[in-house]
Amino acid sequence: MNILVYLIPVSLFLGGIGLVAFIYTVRSNQYDDPEGDSRRILSDEWDDRPKP
Amino acid sequence: MTVALHPPASACPACAVAPAALEVAGAQEAQPGEIVLSLPTIHCAACIAKVEGGLARHEGVNAVRVNLTLKRATIDAAPDVTASDMIEALAALGYEAHELDAGALSATATDRAGRDLLMRLAVAGFASMNVMLLSVAVWSGAEDATRDMFHWISAAIALPAIAFSGQPFFRNAWAALRAGRLNMDVPITLAILLAIGTSLWETALSGHHAYFDAALTLTFFLLAGRYLDHRTRAIARSAAEELTALEVPRAWLLEDGTEREVPVAQLRAGDLIVVRPGGRMPVDGEIEAGVSELDRALLTGETLPVFAGPGQAVSAGELNLTGPLTVRATAVGRDTSLHRMADLVAVAESGRANYTSLADKAAKLYAPGVHILSALAFLGWYLATFDMRTALNIAAAVLIITCPCALGLAVPAVTTAASGRLFRRGMLIKDGTALERLAEVDTVVFDKTGTLTTGTPVLMGLDQIDTREAGIALALAMGSAHPLSRAIVQAGQAAGIAPASVSEIEEVPGYGTRGIWQGQVVRLGRASWVGAVPLAVTASYLQVGECAPISLQFEDRLRDGAADTVAQFIARGFEVYLISGDSAPSVEAMAERLGITRWMAETLPADKAARVAALGEAGRRVLMVGDGLNDTAALAAAHVSISPASALDAARVASDMVLLGSDLGVLAEASTIAKSATRRIRENFRIATVYNLVAVPLAVAGLATPLIAALAMSSSSIIVSLNALRLRGGRG
Repeated sequence: MNILVYLIPVSLFLGGIGLVAFIYTVRSNQYDDPEGDSRRILSDEWDDRPKP
Repeated sequence: MTVALHPPASACPACAVAPAALEVAGAQEAQPGEIVLSLPTIHCAACIAKVEGGLARHEGVNAVRVNLTLKRATIDAAPDVTASDMIEALAALGYEAHELDAGALSATATDRAGRDLLMRLAVAGFASMNVMLLSVAVWSGAEDATRDMFHWISAAIALPAIAFSGQPFFRNAWAALRAGRLNMDVPITLAILLAIGTSLWETALSGHHAYFDAALTLTFFLLAGRYLDHRTRAIARSAAEELTALEVPRAWLLEDGTEREVPVAQLRAGDLIVVRPGGRMPVDGEIEAGVSELDRALLTGETLPVFAGPGQAVSAGELNLTGPLTVRATAVGRDTSLHRMADLVAVAESGRANYTSLADKAAKLYAPGVHILSALAFLGWYLATFDMRTALNIAAAVLIITCPCALGLAVPAVTTAASGRLFRRGMLIKDGTALERLAEVDTVVFDKTGTLTTGTPVLMGLDQIDTREAGIALALAMGSAHPLSRAIVQAGQAAGIAPASVSEIEEVPGYGTRGIWQGQVVRLGRASWVGAVPLAVTASYLQVGECAPISLQFEDRLRDGAADTVAQFIARGFEVYLISGDSAPSVEAMAERLGITRWMAETLPADKAARVAALGEAGRRVLMVGDGLNDTAALAAAHVSISPASALDAARVASDMVLLGSDLGVLAEASTIAKSATRRIRENFRIATVYNLVAVPLAVAGLATPLIAALAMSSSSIIVSLNALRLRGGRG
């Protein structure tokens, strides 16, 4: 059962990464336009910031 | 009529017509050079690319960003680029666009409450997944020290997570209890706290059952319901604000011979105000100088423009058509004649306030029932066993099992799906219970001018007019911006008629246009001016030299989808009425054209409202569709009401739903969607009831283990959500 000593913190840590990533996406306004974002992926023009 | 001199802001058409009065103080200063446009017709990736690409090429534009969810474009541009440039550019691309007041919108730019809920939802989701992981280990057979350790770790995760995520429920429950009421949040809070409390106690005594996972999953599902609910409202609210922001509330004040642009809210009685052609009267007043024609369609439903000259009284909301007018204000803001409507609206609205939504009806049964049930379970077990721990555990299990996951999700999931679908079709639901009320409708009342018709005249019978005379009329019409002249130009050009060479064309504001053709004076204008006998229908009259004047007759253009919509409603067995303030012949013609057998003409605003109220008293559920100020009271009196986006602000405030596009075709579909949404809500309640009938006896009998609770709760929530999603069908 000693393996639990590692596994539980590891699972919490991985879950925590997910949570932090989600909080980051909320804070950077990534849910403001879900409709548009789902369609922009079809556009072949470069978007906003990641311009070449 | 003496009641409600100062009704709530929502029921005050006068303040709605002059929104500046309310908003100037609160609105934040918009960023200079930022233009926000509403684009009701965009719907795909190609539209985004076309709008963004097209505007970016425009000179002075730095950046354009389209938000498809809100159907809006934000443009960052040099200060000399105006919104009307952008609207023209978009019109050239084939998109309808309206300017929005960026200042009025900035309040909703970042939706704090929604973000807050989302954050709590994320924390609850994260915690419940981790605790579930540990719980699965316990359920599959972890024993003794391992089980205790897992329970303690669960507690360490669950306690802070609940303390953070559960706050919306705790706050609502506390507010309700302090006011001495029960709402849905009271049993929810009790269930969460009791579950956490008994689980901690069990864990401390190294017991077998802990409900940490159930408490967290409960919070998660309920927050999901709350978030969906909030999102629906937020979209509706921001779109409604958008409509308010469409009207730019400014006036030109004449002071010491110079004109100055001021917010309407700053006008005082006695001020001299210049109203240009195309402008709307901001105040009640008397014309000091200038001659013109006034379009009173929004106030009275009349389609014929009215002559206006010095000394004549004007009312706020009338549209100036031809010549500039100088008006001395006699009443401003809340004192204008528009305000009289407030009485009617306030009286009419009280009738609708007693509608209880399906969810409220369910909650009223549910909240006391759950408390009594769990108290009885506690008492029964305590009296049977005199074991506090068992009794408390069972009471907690009953509360958790009955907790309104399905109930809390059933309604928001359905309304979100339904209003999302309607929003994509260009219809905005302002009121939470509007869908349910729309589903009950059996009678539809239409207004004519501006609702079934676009309010723009179309020239009729051009082919019966001599080409020579048509050419003269066309040439004269080209010299004026009057709506009837524009209609002549449009029809003439469409028919390929060449304008005659008329010289010295001049517009006589309020009367018409005149010019010289082959040495003869030619005139196009009002009947009295050219010496013709006025007809009952909208018409303009042409006189060539001293010949007898001929008439050019106009018809109001039907809105897209109007004929279809009316036909569909009639085919489905709805009673359809046409009630208008316009003259009898034109209303009758319209009714005949659309196949409506019940019509009323020349109705005053109070008559309209009374007629709608009478239908309501006769047991009919009335859907009122109208746009003018004269419809406002009727809109408020109806069971449910819809107004087009082009309607006067006051009418939109009084109605439950707003049509964003110009197509009326959505109406029939909306009624179908509302019906199926209400059916889904009832289905979901039935599913939740069946689930409770199965699960509650188990819980009361003390057979509900945390595993059973988790399974039952999750499966019922998922079933109602999936059932709600069936509504989404036909995306597009």
